[in-house]
Amino acid sequence: MSDQATAVEPPTPTSVVDDRLAQVSFLTKVMRRPELGAALAALVVAIFFAATTDEFGTLDGAANWTDVASTIGIPAVAVALLMIGGEFDLSAGVMTGTAGLLMGLLATELDMNMWIAIALTLLFAAAVGFINGTMVVRTKLPSFIVTLATFFILQGVNLGVTKEITGTVRVSGLSEVSGYNSAFDVFGGSFSTYDFRITVVWWIAITVLATWVLARTRVGNWIFGVGGDQVAARNVGVPVSRVKIGLFMTTAMAGALVGIMVALRLASAQASQGVGQEFTYIIAAVVGGCLLTGGYGSAIGAAIGALIIGMAFIGIQFSGWDTDWRFLFLGVILLLAVLVNNLVRRSAEGARR
Amino acid sequence: MSVNSALLEGRNLSKYFGSVIALKDISVTVGEGQVTCVLGDNGAGKSTFIKILSGVHQPDEGELVMEGEEVRFPSPRAARDRGIATVFQDLATVPLMSIWRNFFLGSEPTRKLGPIKMVDVKSAQRIMHDEMAKMGIDVRDPEQPVGTLSGGERQAVAISRAIYFGAKVLILDEPTSALGVKQSGIVLRYIAQARDKGVGVIFITHNPHHAYPVGDRFVVLNRGKLLGAWERGGISRDELVKMMAGGEELDELTQDLERSLERK
Repeated sequence: MSDQATAVEPPTPTSVVDDRLAQVSFLTKVMRRPELGAALAALVVAIFFAATTDEFGTLDGAANWTDVASTIGIPAVAVALLMIGGEFDLSAGVMTGTAGLLMGLLATELDMNMWIAIALTLLFAAAVGFINGTMVVRTKLPSFIVTLATFFILQGVNLGVTKEITGTVRVSGLSEVSGYNSAFDVFGGSFSTYDFRITVVWWIAITVLATWVLARTRVGNWIFGVGGDQVAARNVGVPVSRVKIGLFMTTAMAGALVGIMVALRLASAQASQGVGQEFTYIIAAVVGGCLLTGGYGSAIGAAIGALIIGMAFIGIQFSGWDTDWRFLFLGVILLLAVLVNNLVRRSAEGARR
Repeated sequence: MSVNSALLEGRNLSKYFGSVIALKDISVTVGEGQVTCVLGDNGAGKSTFIKILSGVHQPDEGELVMEGEEVRFPSPRAARDRGIATVFQDLATVPLMSIWRNFFLGSEPTRKLGPIKMVDVKSAQRIMHDEMAKMGIDVRDPEQPVGTLSGGERQAVAISRAIYFGAKVLILDEPTSALGVKQSGIVLRYIAQARDKGVGVIFITHNPHHAYPVGDRFVVLNRGKLLGAWERGGISRDELVKMMAGGEELDELTQDLERSLERK
């Protein structure tokens, strides 16, 4: 009925608007994807290193760069969700160190089964995330400042507690703990003759899960809403505080998961582990199309961002260059990504004539 | 129209902020399928008035009566649950989100996939398309970000969403103030469409030219007090304009300006 009514309507101001809406090409749809730029950049980086080095293009090489990409990618995907929700977490990097140490100390000093130590560690991370989130929501302070404080607190605790208990800055001897072997198989092991790391499987699974949550669940819609305009979201009944706290908990737990993975792999944990990584996660998310202002981005994008970083780190190594050049690379891609994202945002938000 | 058929009625509402009288003794009613226009210049108390109706503030004096029953709205949620939808000027939609995601934000339709609940994107997009079509907007691409729509169309998204989710009373906060002449006209048509569906519309504006064509009742506020209330036909457009502009002050201003022109 109503469709008919609009169809026979004579030209009115609204039908002029309709003509404008109609011009949606396939290209526009592709251009609208936040991860487009990252996908192109990944292609360029891959082609460059595959052409200039021998190992990069082989499966052995791929096992190397996917390994680096996965340990960056798991937290980066969670950080991307948090950034879409309009917040930052600077404590995500140091959390990997805290988690490794905590798990190690629980297992070696308190003779806990490794699985119980892992469960308690993840619970602890969730609690830290909960505190981060609650502080941000309650105080309305920028999450940058709140999580910067958490970052330094955790860094201090990592060093202080580890030195106090072990007399050194590391916890070792994890391989003698009961349950180590089965936990290693799940979180730290590798598969296939090319030694692909199990972390790669986790990384892909978490990316798929996060993408599904964003695209197809109510919570996903709320994350976009909360980051895009939290007042508007609250006005239509979105539980803004709960969404944000949940995102902080997810991010802390993702960081802890990687910390557990690394500690199991090395059978030891360093007190300095993870410091500085938080920026790598944020860069991966931004390269993947996340806006610093929130409300826009993708989990796949962050995973691709991590892939680019992993490929570059290993590619630089294969090329025989000094590996410290990777920092320059990170800076350059961050700058490029922010500039591209700015354009994307402008076209998405203000294309009105 | 008798008092009994009023959908929402505010009786002698007052609100004080410390020693400041924000609103004093204001009575306003809106009936089913009616448009009540609340007019006033900046500082007249329009925002306070909206916030009382939408549950953000509680009135210090007076009462709210909905469908003949006295009500209290301790929170915006309580007002919304009772069927009062408020569309705030700039805070109604999220610009970077697609049209369908905005339309259903906070009330997403779900379907079950085994034990897992997921958003029913297909039907969400279809419903959004149909509801927007009723407003006369043919959305070809549900994934288009709301930010690329014009200001009038964004108001349309917010209005049709409110109606779809069963709003009985629709409060529109200055929906035309940021819009051009043409866009304002389109929004006025959406207001008329909402009214024709039986929704009671409270249309807050400072523009008497926008209020006059759609209003069934006009309430003019000035500095927190009721300056007057008229039924449609009880006041002419010119009188309404004059009321809004402060009556005699405008006459004086006109004379002053004419005098200064004559001198040239």
